[in-house]
Amino acid sequence: MAEIWQGFLRALNLIITLNPEVMEITGLSLAISLSACLISAIISTPLGALIHFNSFWGKRFLVSLIQTFFSLPTVLVGLVVFLFFSRAGPLGGFGLMFSPAIMVIGQTILVTPLMIGLVISALSGLDHGIRETALALGANPLQMGWLLLREVRYGVMTGVVLGFGRAISEVGLALMVGGNIRGYTRTLTTAISLGTNMGDIEFSLALGIILLAIALVINLLLNRLQQR
Amino acid sequence: MKKLIAALSFLLCLTMLIEGCTGGIGIAQPRERLRVATTTSLYDTGLWAVLEPRFEAKYGVELDIIYAGTGIAIEYGRRGDVDALVVHDKARELSFVADGYGTERTPFAYNYFVIVGPASDPAGIKGLSPENAFKKLAESKSYPFISRGDDSGTHSKEQAIWAAAGFSYADIQKSGDWYVDAGRGMGPTLVMAGEKQGYTLSDIGTFLAFKGQTGLSAIVETGSIMLNVYAVIPVNPEMISTVNSQQAQNLVEFLTSTEIQQLINDYGTKDYGTSLFTACAGNEPVS
Repeated sequence: MAEIWQGFLRALNLIITLNPEVMEITGLSLAISLSACLISAIISTPLGALIHFNSFWGKRFLVSLIQTFFSLPTVLVGLVVFLFFSRAGPLGGFGLMFSPAIMVIGQTILVTPLMIGLVISALSGLDHGIRETALALGANPLQMGWLLLREVRYGVMTGVVLGFGRAISEVGLALMVGGNIRGYTRTLTTAISLGTNMGDIEFSLALGIILLAIALVINLLLNRLQQR
Repeated sequence: MKKLIAALSFLLCLTMLIEGCTGGIGIAQPRERLRVATTTSLYDTGLWAVLEPRFEAKYGVELDIIYAGTGIAIEYGRRGDVDALVVHDKARELSFVADGYGTERTPFAYNYFVIVGPASDPAGIKGLSPENAFKKLAESKSYPFISRGDDSGTHSKEQAIWAAAGFSYADIQKSGDWYVDAGRGMGPTLVMAGEKQGYTLSDIGTFLAFKGQTGLSAIVETGSIMLNVYAVIPVNPEMISTVNSQQAQNLVEFLTSTEIQQLINDYGTKDYGTSLFTACAGNEPVS
């Protein structure tokens, strides 16, 4: 119990004194996970709409597959990304292994199924009449897209919130493709893992508390935007 | 709709702001980097945190230290994902060089492995040779032995001791509940040994770092088989063209330089009251 209290005090101390190492780690974690969520939102929204509004063979299976990928283990994404982007792999020429860029790619892959899934279910919940009415009123494709985007905004927002939660809290992928390099690819979760391995319990606990605090702030901000 | 746009632009601004602050995470990597895969046990001693800034200042390069078990570290080398290896598994290092993946193996420091366990030594292995201590543990089957089980250098040393004690490792693995295959790094393995009041094989550095937390003692610490040599191997540019071989060569020079060898010799004295390594500048130690 004393350890948890010590960790809490240490966390407060690290935050108040703006400890440069902690600030760097926190900034990197945020930058990577937010970038991944943003890229994913931009990809997932049109993709989700495309799947929802077209009927094709195997559609139901595809949707089930996307939902299955909600439970994609982070280490598996890590392994696949590693095999593709390692120098010996098909995309090795980019030389991206052990860099923040590869972590963004990995996390984007991790959260995209979740976002597509949420866009599809947001669209499924729509009144079927909306599209027909808009078409009958002579909406062009651009106007139609705009209308639908308006309707699924909460789905997309929920996707961003959940996706961000998944991205910032994952450790397997970040460790595997990022390599937990000090001052370059070290995120909150990989630093916690290392701190624990090295027996620095308090520091790990402090970082854990900081991670939760960030999640709280981000969620409060997004909720506020949603309610305005 | 305005909310969605507001939310997305808020995210975008935040991302850009953070990336501005942290120097960006762009794909372009203008600064020269040297990527080195090292073993968990060496990393956990904190030695790299001391060496890294010195190397970076001297050679004007970003040194990226990636820690992993020796098994995966060597795999990173074979695949060309790192420019040099700093590991501790002679047999595998030699085959890495023999296969053409590494240019040359240069030993630069060593210490000894220790068999650690509860201070009371319930199995009574104190004073035995490492081989006989393992034999006694395997024959009694009543005291937990925690194995790294992760294909690391420490794990392969453990297997070498089982072999020297006259056991087949496959038999040991399935000989009962006393043999625990942890599949984890040295720190967590030591913590597990402490919780289960069992024995394990550890490098001296990680053992000392965790001594306070685990309450374990060094039970067997002598025997030539316990020698633990750390060596540096640059990845062969003829095999992998993208490798930063100039800086990898600088790393070899750096680690064997008089100044750094002195630093390695003294490392740990302040924290543990005893030095963690003996420097051996390019020569294979014999014991």
